[in-house]
Amino acid sequence: MTPTLKTRLLALALAATPLLAPAADARTLTPVYPSTYEAVPSGPVLVRGATVLTGDGQRLENADVLMRDGRIAAVGRGLNAGDATIVDGSGKWVTPGLIDVHSHLGVYPAPGVNAHNDGNEMTNAVTAHVWAEHGVWPQDPGFGAALAGGITTMMVLPGSANLIGGRGVVLKNVPATTVQAMKFPDAPHGLKMACGENPKRVYGSRGQAPMTRMGNIAGYRAAFIEAQKYREAWDRYNEAQEGRRGKSGNGEPPQHDLRLETLAGALRGDITVHIHCYRADEMAQMMDLAKEFGFRIAAFHHGVEAYKLADTLAERGICGALWADWWGFKMEALDGIQENLALVDRPANSCAIVHSDSPEGIQRLNQEAAKVMARGEAVGLKLPPEHVIRWLTSNAARALGIADQVGTLEPGKMADVVLWNGNPFSVYAKAEKVWIDGALLYDRDDPARQPVSDFMLGQEVSP
Amino acid sequence: MKRLFAIAFACALALPAAAQDLLIRGATVHTADAAGTLKDHDVLVQGGVIRAIGPGLQAPAGIIVVEAQGRPLTPGLFTGLSGLGVEEVSGESATVDANLALGTLVPPHEATWRPEFDLDLAFNPRSMVIPVARVEGLTFTVLAPGSTTGGSLLAGQGSAFVLDGSPAPLAGTRSLFVNLGGDASPLSGGSRAGQWMLLEQAVSDARNGSDELLTRAGRAALARYLNGGRVVFHVDRAADIRQTLAFARRHGLRAVIAGGAEAWQVADELRAADVPVLLDPLLNLPYDFDRIGARMDNAALLHRAGVTVAFSQTGDATHNARKVRQLAGNAVAAGLPWEAGLAGLTSAPARIFGIRDRGRIAVGQVADLVLWSGDPLEVTSLAQQVWLAGKPMPMRSRQTELRDRYLAPAGDLPRAYVK
Repeated sequence: MTPTLKTRLLALALAATPLLAPAADARTLTPVYPSTYEAVPSGPVLVRGATVLTGDGQRLENADVLMRDGRIAAVGRGLNAGDATIVDGSGKWVTPGLIDVHSHLGVYPAPGVNAHNDGNEMTNAVTAHVWAEHGVWPQDPGFGAALAGGITTMMVLPGSANLIGGRGVVLKNVPATTVQAMKFPDAPHGLKMACGENPKRVYGSRGQAPMTRMGNIAGYRAAFIEAQKYREAWDRYNEAQEGRRGKSGNGEPPQHDLRLETLAGALRGDITVHIHCYRADEMAQMMDLAKEFGFRIAAFHHGVEAYKLADTLAERGICGALWADWWGFKMEALDGIQENLALVDRPANSCAIVHSDSPEGIQRLNQEAAKVMARGEAVGLKLPPEHVIRWLTSNAARALGIADQVGTLEPGKMADVVLWNGNPFSVYAKAEKVWIDGALLYDRDDPARQPVSDFMLGQEVSP
Repeated sequence: MKRLFAIAFACALALPAAAQDLLIRGATVHTADAAGTLKDHDVLVQGGVIRAIGPGLQAPAGIIVVEAQGRPLTPGLFTGLSGLGVEEVSGESATVDANLALGTLVPPHEATWRPEFDLDLAFNPRSMVIPVARVEGLTFTVLAPGSTTGGSLLAGQGSAFVLDGSPAPLAGTRSLFVNLGGDASPLSGGSRAGQWMLLEQAVSDARNGSDELLTRAGRAALARYLNGGRVVFHVDRAADIRQTLAFARRHGLRAVIAGGAEAWQVADELRAADVPVLLDPLLNLPYDFDRIGARMDNAALLHRAGVTVAFSQTGDATHNARKVRQLAGNAVAAGLPWEAGLAGLTSAPARIFGIRDRGRIAVGQVADLVLWSGDPLEVTSLAQQVWLAGKPMPMRSRQTELRDRYLAPAGDLPRAYVK
């Protein structure tokens, strides 16, 4: 690559804040560990006559969904099937593929053996340099189980032992031999940060920093001060390179630093910021931290007290990625209520997301949402299915920075679609068929369309 | 909403007068008993006991009448094995009493096996966690001691408690708990074979008066279970369940399997031994090498083979005990008959733990009842009123108080004044 081309690409990459910014090595400008995902080949499919929740607030009765070339081609009544395979949707419901913004599949896989505990790099409170995708075991049987629950996209995150745990990766939930073949093309990385008890317990118990919540905040600030300097050094270098365009000669680039590269990416907005944070007062501290350093928080995860700050979260455009009912397992989870999601959802411009953080919960994200729906309605909030589906589709896509690709059934988006045997907000609901990029990758009625991980293969053999 | 008001009104009236008498009229009565489901039936409660069930019952003068308007009425539900009343905040060890770990305190040559450990003594009926479970229709629990580093496989004893504020356990429900399998290997020298070696040693102590593993009190405690006592074995792998059945047969124990991820593989043997299984149908993944055969329809397969099935969570069974209904619903979605799903939350666990007067809606049973907004196994249904021995329970908990504080619009004063 010529220096000129290199400079131009660099300038391009840094000038704009593209919605989709694949991780690139600043030295070489080629994407590193890039996605090799390719959709499974498929023909056109028309799901006919279903109740369709589009993911953007609409509910269409007796409607059709047409998938072609891996994309949503049309949604509406009486669509012309053309050469499409017809799937009868009568009495059934269709939703966009479900998206879980908080999973540890692959980094804490089943079986939970020591050899596969790859989710927490507990060697330093700030490990912004580690990437979850380098710890994902693609043979985790949990991926296939999640697919049977209608999950088509997820973000796999590092754990919450560290103040800054590293980069999360957005995956398409397709069975694959390599994680690269699962990586959602061009999706931004997520930065995993953690408030509260976990980091101070892990490091404090070793007599290291942080030992207190004071130490937590001091730790984030120190890291971001370094990252600011690092970003400025690169910005200066890049501007200088830009000024030299067409001339010979080159300034020395700053020392490349993986840890600061990630944090600078968050400051530039190329990496979405996801913060594990339970208490309302701590979320407020983290909002001040974000203001101090000028980064945007995509979502607070777990946030069992998010309901106490629902208006503020909505005003600032921060999503609340929450459980339906977990509480009490530690002090910072003491004030959990089952209406949390519903109350976070209540203000205008809110962004409520139901997340799992669990290989069990990810299989039943629809049930998690259903529980809250009933609680919310019981206290007078209006939570119809066409609205609640956003918690596990479009709102989740927004937090991950992939809302232009998935999360609703808008024509042109990836054809990630679930056909349910009825209203998905029920304990009896089952995903019958799941398409990813138009390919039927799960069919409850067809064993040939039910993936089995290498690990599970042959486990049932007995004389 | 109108229905809710009717209930609230009835309960307000009920409180000062005969608090344990009422007539619930026009319910869909799920008896969890041989009578099955009775549509448009009435249930008469007097003195805290169910006195009559039938269509068109006469209301005795002055009795509180609750109009069910067809809503489902069930017995109070079982929480599953839990730490309710012995655990406030899991991460704060001073608030958790479920596990005995003397091994960190006593010299290695002294006994750490303490089957005499009686978890009932730690029970706090005023735990803030209990109302959170009770407002969800959960009315009885069984305390299950756990095994942890410094403790032993023979975890100790626990009983059933009704979640009505009573400090005392239900008589005749005390059980002994044994934890086996890969998770417990560190407590048996690194091998599950060592688990049987040590258990045989403990039995030998109890029978022969030796003191290799047990204290005098421990020998007496274990001896009470030999020849007919109820012993709950936490065990998942089919091969280990087989060893458990053989051990129980050898020593005349009434075994109950808890966990049982691979129980479906030995369903016929469980049936033949009349051994019930407390299971978590949501654990359908091979979370460890003891549960490679885990599957969603475990409950359905066991039931079909004639094994009694009840539900118990493996997750946070204390704080999120209310999730147990979701376990039953999913088991039904995976093929278990609905009536067996309800029984697994009511009559089956009552029978397993020797509770004769609760767990069913039948004449003579204690009136622990729940009126639901809809199908009690459905995640979108809510418990609208809970009665324990005919007495209406406050449908409030710390969580409903928090909810109501933040549900209200913000006023001039801080929310600390909203109460």
